[in-house]
Amino acid sequence: MSALNLQNLTVMRDACPVVDSVSLDIGAGECVGLIGPNGAGKTTLMRAALGILPHTGASSLAAMAPKARARACAWLPQAREIAWPVDVETVVRLGRLPHADRPEITQAAVTNALLQMGLQDFAKRTATQLSGGEQARVLIARALAQDAPLLMADEPIAGLDPASQIATMRLFSLLASEGKAVWTAIHDLGLAVRYCTRLIVMHNGAKVADGPPRDVLNPALLAEVFGITAHYKTTDHGPIFQVLDVLE
Amino acid sequence: MKLAAALTLLVAALFAASLVAGRLPVGPGPALAALWANDGSPLSAVMTQIRLPRALLAAMIGASLGLSGAAMQGYLRNPLAEPGIIGVSASAGLGAVIALQTGLAAAFALALPGLALVGALVATLLILALAGPRGAALTLILGGVAISALASALTSLVLNLSPNPFAASEIIFWMLGSLQDRSFEHFWLALPLMAFGWVMLASTARALDALTLGEDAAEALGIRLNRVRLALVIGTAACVGAGTAVAGAIGFVGLVVPHVLRPFVGGRPSALLWASALGGAALVLAADIAVRLVLPDRDLKLGVLMALVGAPLFLHLIYRTRGALR
Repeated sequence: MSALNLQNLTVMRDACPVVDSVSLDIGAGECVGLIGPNGAGKTTLMRAALGILPHTGASSLAAMAPKARARACAWLPQAREIAWPVDVETVVRLGRLPHADRPEITQAAVTNALLQMGLQDFAKRTATQLSGGEQARVLIARALAQDAPLLMADEPIAGLDPASQIATMRLFSLLASEGKAVWTAIHDLGLAVRYCTRLIVMHNGAKVADGPPRDVLNPALLAEVFGITAHYKTTDHGPIFQVLDVLE
Repeated sequence: MKLAAALTLLVAALFAASLVAGRLPVGPGPALAALWANDGSPLSAVMTQIRLPRALLAAMIGASLGLSGAAMQGYLRNPLAEPGIIGVSASAGLGAVIALQTGLAAAFALALPGLALVGALVATLLILALAGPRGAALTLILGGVAISALASALTSLVLNLSPNPFAASEIIFWMLGSLQDRSFEHFWLALPLMAFGWVMLASTARALDALTLGEDAAEALGIRLNRVRLALVIGTAACVGAGTAVAGAIGFVGLVVPHVLRPFVGGRPSALLWASALGGAALVLAADIAVRLVLPDRDLKLGVLMALVGAPLFLHLIYRTRGALR
């Protein structure tokens, strides 16, 4: 079942396309990584797919009414904003806003989301007094509480400690195996290779590759898109991807 | 809920105190009895026609300023926002000043609040045109600052061209803000507008909570930001425009009250709405009692006292929370 379908999605900034006719489909059970250098158009693509940026082409999410969309997709923006000194549980509970008609399961969903992010002991702490990484985990928990078929996250693990990065990616991969779809922009190619079932590569606004990590991250693409060389090996500990050098 | 009960009790107590505070040497018991009896006696007339509308207006204006301040801060995610930021109070003031200057205010009792409302409406239309359907929060602030500046400049121009010192001093005294000698006509003029404003602002509660996460996340949670902005601007304009029209400019309520009460509601913007409405009502009632008690013979203006109390209070709060604002 498709969780997201884009057809020729294009976003123009003045006369220049920052997302250039991107088509893709993300299905239930997939954990898809969106990779590409800075400025490749990853964030713009995701925001246009949600319908919160003006665009041409079609997106299954953008076609929905705001309320229906909020139940179909949980969006975790890159900017980590918690404007007021509310407690962690209150932040996570905001994820239940689209489900105001089912108040009886609100508490269970919030508790579960806190547990999934290892935040059960933080519930009553003031969110704005936590460290940046802890706040990031609180916001991920908020998106999890929304309990939508598709989780769309923009660099959710940037700035987290290694254990939290791995735990978050493992959780995303688990959610996918349970039948949800996850689409996450990510810069850590090593983690992307280990936990994503599929990678989509953006370069200069266009989708240049889409497939299993092993096929996508070939030396030619790495040189062309990222300007790097890397070591890729499948081992007993799973696939290992290590960046080696920058190409001149 | 303890906070709601405490604030409600406080407002009720201050409302009663406002009814019995005044220059007539009558005890609270007989004064309230005369209000209840409404039998046409002089005391009863004072109570029903002077003190009751005054107390009602103080509570309504305070509630309006507190509520719109909380909503404005929630929408802009900025604790320094206040309802006057969209330029409505300055423009309503301009309308009132024109009414005073042209002598219309002396000709018809309601010409002054009426023209003030026209000023507020013009400002509202301007800000909506500027910060239209796709306008950002910043456009709203900058547009409001520009409109405020223009209205203040025009007010100064009217003062500048004022033919005689009496007109000028009348204008200046009006601009200081007061609830003295307001009647039920003022009450009935303000009530429908404010009630409409309260409904509009209350409708933004869920959206303001969602905006805690920023505009992107709120939109993805199903919030229609352009509708929220429309409700916020129109609701604030109705509340503040009506308040300024009947009482002149009363500052600091919309800024200080949400700031003081925020910790008591756990920071939640939606809970801060009703709390600030009650807190604002209590503050303006208290200040309006104080102007009658502190200098009973000198007609101390409500707006002056509010700024005198509000500014140091605000300084104290900033001093205390310096660390948390970082």
